[in-house]
Amino acid sequence: MNLEKVVFAFFILLALTLNFGFFLGDLTDPVQHSAYALFAALVVSLIASVLKIGHRTHVDAMLLATSLVADLQLVTAAIVWGVVVYGMGIDMNPHYMSIIVSLSGGALLANGISVIILIIETSTHRL
Amino acid sequence: MQSLFTLVFRRMRLPLVALVSVYAVSVVVMTLIPGLDDQGQPWKMSFFHAFYFVSFMGSTIGFGEIPYAFSDAQRLWTTVTIYSSVIAWLYAIGTMLSLVQSQLFRRALSEQRFQRKIKHLKDPFYIICGFGDTGQSLVKSLLHNAQRAVVIDNEAERIDMIDTQDWDYALPALIGNADDSNNLAKAGIHSGNCKGVIAMTQNDNTNLQIALSAKILEPNMKVICRAQTLDAQRNMESFGTDLVVNPYETFAEDFVLAMEKPSMYLLERWITAPADTPLIAPVFPPKGHWILCGFGRFGKAMYQRLLERGNPVTVVEAKPNWTHPPKNTIIGRGTEADTLKAAKLKHAVGIIAGTNHDVNNLSILLTAEQLNPKIFSILRQELAVNQHLSKAMNPGLLMDHTQIITSRILENLTTPLTGHFLRQARTNPEQWASILISRIIALLDDEVPTTWVLSVRKDKTPAVWDQLRNNQDVLLGDLMRSTTNHLVNLPCIPLLLQRRRKLHLLPDEGMPLKFGDRILFCGRDRARNRMNLICSTQQKLHFSQTGEVRSDGWLWNLMFNRKLEKTPSMLDRAHKYSIKNGVTKQKKKKKTD
Repeated sequence: MNLEKVVFAFFILLALTLNFGFFLGDLTDPVQHSAYALFAALVVSLIASVLKIGHRTHVDAMLLATSLVADLQLVTAAIVWGVVVYGMGIDMNPHYMSIIVSLSGGALLANGISVIILIIETSTHRL
Repeated sequence: MQSLFTLVFRRMRLPLVALVSVYAVSVVVMTLIPGLDDQGQPWKMSFFHAFYFVSFMGSTIGFGEIPYAFSDAQRLWTTVTIYSSVIAWLYAIGTMLSLVQSQLFRRALSEQRFQRKIKHLKDPFYIICGFGDTGQSLVKSLLHNAQRAVVIDNEAERIDMIDTQDWDYALPALIGNADDSNNLAKAGIHSGNCKGVIAMTQNDNTNLQIALSAKILEPNMKVICRAQTLDAQRNMESFGTDLVVNPYETFAEDFVLAMEKPSMYLLERWITAPADTPLIAPVFPPKGHWILCGFGRFGKAMYQRLLERGNPVTVVEAKPNWTHPPKNTIIGRGTEADTLKAAKLKHAVGIIAGTNHDVNNLSILLTAEQLNPKIFSILRQELAVNQHLSKAMNPGLLMDHTQIITSRILENLTTPLTGHFLRQARTNPEQWASILISRIIALLDDEVPTTWVLSVRKDKTPAVWDQLRNNQDVLLGDLMRSTTNHLVNLPCIPLLLQRRRKLHLLPDEGMPLKFGDRILFCGRDRARNRMNLICSTQQKLHFSQTGEVRSDGWLWNLMFNRKLEKTPSMLDRAHKYSIKNGVTKQKKKKKTD
């Protein structure tokens, strides 16, 4: 067993599950989507990206690309949240919440693909 | 590119993860700890404020406690955050710095830079493998002749030295084994711009392998090799290496030439010496009894040539078990008077200091000249560092393999016509050479003649090209007139004219030029500049043909178009030259009489 591989897979999976946790719930209801969940998803997604950088193969490049997409979507969601609450000075309403949650939905898709690639890559290794 | 990027991120992965984690924990805990706002109401920091606070605190900017003064619990956590974030930053920056300073990183960086340079090199270039004395001398001369070069050497010190010197053009260099074909590929052997590979290392086997790899990778590539032994030389020639330079054999051949045809030898020295060399005096190696110190590769080449020409040779050798000298060899280094006396120095006409040790060679000659001041000496110089000593010693002939290899290769690459000329010249008798020498010396000051090649091509000689295209004849002599008086010749002599496959030795001035002609001239540098002027401007060419100054404006030509027809017909000019040549021939006759 390679510890590096474990850590690697751990963060990729964790990014997916945290993202899923945030996404879960009514699309427009601010109460059902915690800022902490978004923050955790974003941080883990960033760590996963850092871990993916620096590999050489084509599969690794694909993994990195999905991770960057997830980062982009989650960072955008966080920025939207911050701008709405502090920039525009209004309370979170269903309209903006739906934008944030759908952005995280996109990230969820990217993270899902990341996990699928990881599974495919793992299955090609001889056990 | 990829490798450097990979290298950085592989090393930086852990520090970056640490940094992200520290920030994440700091921010989250910050949002969880309750504080009091300005009205004394309980208040919790939002993510936005927490991230803002941790960012400026972690980077030690420190705007203070915002938006409200902190509670004690918040201050406690801030203290923890300060230390952890600073440590995380130090860890990240420290790793980065040590990475930048590491040998591995620098190697990757310089290799990346090298490959970028090769990619952007738009001019044709040569790959030079081996950057020792000879490699450096060759590269210097190549760049000086407006050729581009790329260097491969396995010693980092030699490559580092490149930055400390002044080169005529940028000189990309790679640290690595040149016999590794990957390095040849990195140096751009596959790019269409590579004109040739030159193997200049001190090791015959390495050179052999470089030549072989180059020929296999690019069968049409020009490959030039340095060889130390006849065996290696033949091996290299066997698979089509374009030029193999064996400095010992080359010098031995030249020595024989100097002995038998001193004027021919002098002519060769003059033509092949680099520009600005002071005029070289003729040498006359005497025939008779020679003493040869050192029976290595050089000694063997000289021994064979001397014996073939019927000169008795006494060999002095310190390590006969290694070199297997002939039977009646005197054992000793030759640096002591006893050994030289035993070799009958008093009766010898010449001595060759040919060991592979510069100090011993100098010592041999000093001892020999004390015992027999009239003796003709030949000095072998191994290291370029000793060139001042060798020069001060002032031997009859100096065997400097660096100089021999450099000039031979340079001649092959930059002025192949010179090689053609020398080969043609060698077929002529000694008297032919001495006449040519006396003609050349009449043109010179105190420096050897410059040689240059003139090609009748649209881009090189536009004026000549235009006239030929208008079916007007241009004679060889037309290019050699002074730009101020068309009856006076420039100080130069046409040595060889190449027309397609045909070579004309010492072409006549009345010879009409054709498209694609290449002419080798020798003479003074001034003549070369003037000739370039004549070949590129219609006005000057017209003047040297007729002595008339012609206005050449476009409007002028349009209005007075008739003037152009006034150029004298070819017959007139040919007539004029025949008279001139008749005169010079008579002069020559007088000289030879």
